Amino acid sequence: MLSDNTFPIKAGLWLCLAAGLVVTPVAAQQAPTREQTLIRMVRQDCGSCHGMHLTGGLGPALTPAALADKPVESLAATIYGGRTGTPMPPWKAMLSEAEATWIAQKLLAGFPQEVRK
Amino acid sequence: MNGMTMNAMNRRSLLAAFAAIPLLQSGCASWSAPAMEGSGDLGVVVERARGTLAIINTSRRELVAEVTGLGDLSHASVVFSRDARFAYVFGRDGALSKVDVLQRKLVARIMQAGNSIGGAISADGTLVAAQNYTPGGVKVFDAQTLELVADLPAEYAPGKLSRVIGLVDLPGRRFAYCLFDANEIWIADLSDVRKPKLTRLQNIGKSPYDALVTPNGRHYIAGLFGEDGLALVDLWEPEPRVRRILDGYGRGQEPLPVYKMPHLRGWAVAGRYAYLPAIGRHEVLVVDTQSWQEVGRIAVAGQPVFVIARPDGRQIWVNFAVPDYDSVQVIDTPTQKVVATLTPGKAVLHMEFTPRGEAVWISSRDDNRVSVIDTASLQTLAQLQIDAPSGIFFTSRAARLGF
Repeated sequence: MLSDNTFPIKAGLWLCLAAGLVVTPVAAQQAPTREQTLIRMVRQDCGSCHGMHLTGGLGPALTPAALADKPVESLAATIYGGRTGTPMPPWKAMLSEAEATWIAQKLLAGFPQEVRK
Repeated sequence: MNGMTMNAMNRRSLLAAFAAIPLLQSGCASWSAPAMEGSGDLGVVVERARGTLAIINTSRRELVAEVTGLGDLSHASVVFSRDARFAYVFGRDGALSKVDVLQRKLVARIMQAGNSIGGAISADGTLVAAQNYTPGGVKVFDAQTLELVADLPAEYAPGKLSRVIGLVDLPGRRFAYCLFDANEIWIADLSDVRKPKLTRLQNIGKSPYDALVTPNGRHYIAGLFGEDGLALVDLWEPEPRVRRILDGYGRGQEPLPVYKMPHLRGWAVAGRYAYLPAIGRHEVLVVDTQSWQEVGRIAVAGQPVFVIARPDGRQIWVNFAVPDYDSVQVIDTPTQKVVATLTPGKAVLHMEFTPRGEAVWISSRDDNRVSVIDTASLQTLAQLQIDAPSGIFFTSRAARLGF
């Protein structure tokens, strides 16, 4: 259920694309302070289900190895729109689509650590 | 056996015990052990980012020591030994650590699973049980030595293990827990640890996410993520069975996103009413524990995470999921109204009452702060600088069922 490889939300993504919304895997870049906010959000808030080290919990692991077979678009769509039938909520109230894509890219590459004061 | 032999044996078994704990490396840095003190006003705060446990004193409202080297403490939880001296810390990484809060040091540590979510201690204080996601199941340890005494894989179908949540101690050497992936509640009777007896309750409802046991040990209630409603078991019945309560509490409404799973553990039972977080609604549900009917709902500032009764039941304190987690709300139980909204700091993760509830300690992760608040005047009594604090656990939990 949580660990399967199907992304029912994908259809929704293509609808978004068709509607002209931008979800481009290459164009995602964030301002440095916003990047830090996003890194913190993923580590701390996504971490409440996926683990602070993203090794999984009630939500699946989000390490590069665990996500190896997942296309970046699917991950971004899941982050942005959630996954129906699972506890994964849509984060669109707190993120733009470009930010969701940036997070997906960073997850696939190995997610950065928080810079702590 | 004469005294000499016994001493020699004790020493040998002590040495053996230490030899068997290769993970035991960290310690208490430069903290000095006190000459003599009780542990009744001590507690611990999880410093989730640093793998450290802060030991605090609730009378002096100060940090007394830090114990380091406890691994991945994201979502760590703690139970206390019956003598309120030892804190058992369940780490996300599957480690189980035993910390002496009087000597202020780590005394034992084992890796018991790959991914763990919490634990419980039996009423007689002899058994510590850990609930695990990987491998899915419950492992039970000798509370003194942390030696494994029973392994209870949550195998709900051949070769299929479920992640376990909602583990609580029940009267007797019993534990109850939920199988998240199997929609089941299991009750394990460990009167004889060599022959655990399992009672399996099936089809309890979709995706149980956490559970609680009422203060009298009679009712076990599991929250369901997958549907509106909760699963209730009356443990006093000769043949426990599941019944649905608050069925369809959100029917006809579009649920709001749940950015963090609520926690049910910790009593939210005040007088005859239980106060429970709604899933996907910014409400606290009020349930009559005699009839188990909904008697009211209280609108609150966000998705409730912890809904906790002050020990006397006069107030209910509620914290919230992101993005509303900078606030804490206080519900007055006689009037069932929110009477205060406090902002003790950024990202409130947990609240813990002093044993009689005159003060509450609140962790604000993003401000690296624990606030001590007077529950009558709502004034801040003290603020402690503690790194990314999450769970707060006082030794008074040692005497409370379901904690």
